[in-house]
Amino acid sequence: MFITRDYNGFNLWSDVEDRFRHLQHEMNRISDKFTSHSPKKFPKVNAWAEGEDELVFTAELPGVNSDDVEITVTGNHLTLSGSREGENGKDGESYHRRERWNGEFSRSFNLPFNVDSDKVNAKFSKGVLYITLPKAESEKPKKISLN
Amino acid sequence: MADTGEIKKKESEITQKAERTRSARVYTPYVDIFEKGNDIIMYADMPGVDEKAVEITLEKRVLSLYGKADYELSGDCELCGGEYGVGDYSRSFTLSDEINRDGIQASLTGGVLKLTLPKAEAAKAKKIAVSAG
Repeated sequence: MFITRDYNGFNLWSDVEDRFRHLQHEMNRISDKFTSHSPKKFPKVNAWAEGEDELVFTAELPGVNSDDVEITVTGNHLTLSGSREGENGKDGESYHRRERWNGEFSRSFNLPFNVDSDKVNAKFSKGVLYITLPKAESEKPKKISLN
Repeated sequence: MADTGEIKKKESEITQKAERTRSARVYTPYVDIFEKGNDIIMYADMPGVDEKAVEITLEKRVLSLYGKADYELSGDCELCGGEYGVGDYSRSFTLSDEINRDGIQASLTGGVLKLTLPKAEAAKAKKIAVSAG
């Protein structure tokens, strides 16, 4: 990080920083265009490790009813599917903008370990889905004591 | 109709020179805006934001939305694979119609903000008296 100093009331570094940030932003925007061509990769998911034995998946699904989400776990395979209905234009409504997604989605993941499917916990809060996936007992290392 | 395959969180454009004091990333929420009868209705996707963490301001004709996302993860969670960023949401619109400020309604459920903006009584034709002098 640069140390910036005002000189004569006009901050040279902040101007350079601004330009640099703008350039960086533009480059991100351009590279996004090339990298986002992986179709059907929706919803976007973040995976979190909670200690050694638990994974937490989070996905942003605003406006989706919890009844419309289906989560299945078999062994080390997680499938997430669901749908969101759009606020479809009815008579007498005219759209200014329509950017929000709607429709069906489905995604599967291979997990790094087998999951104890009885202990999988999923909750929906503020449009964010949290799935807690504990490692199966059989996967945990077992200490063998010598007689 | 949006194809869900192409939906990707978009970082907010830099429009102001002033920076925010919080260093969190700021994203542009996706919105639907439509007119229904005398109202303008707006839906904005703000996952992770609850009704206490949203700020809506209408200054002259500029409507600004700001939402602070809060994730419910315990402190010892460590990100091991990330496809999207978590941050705040910010977006502003210039409204073309005069809005009846007292009639604005806002609600936030399941990460979706719904705003109802009633148009002011059809810009009453005003007669301007010209005084002779």
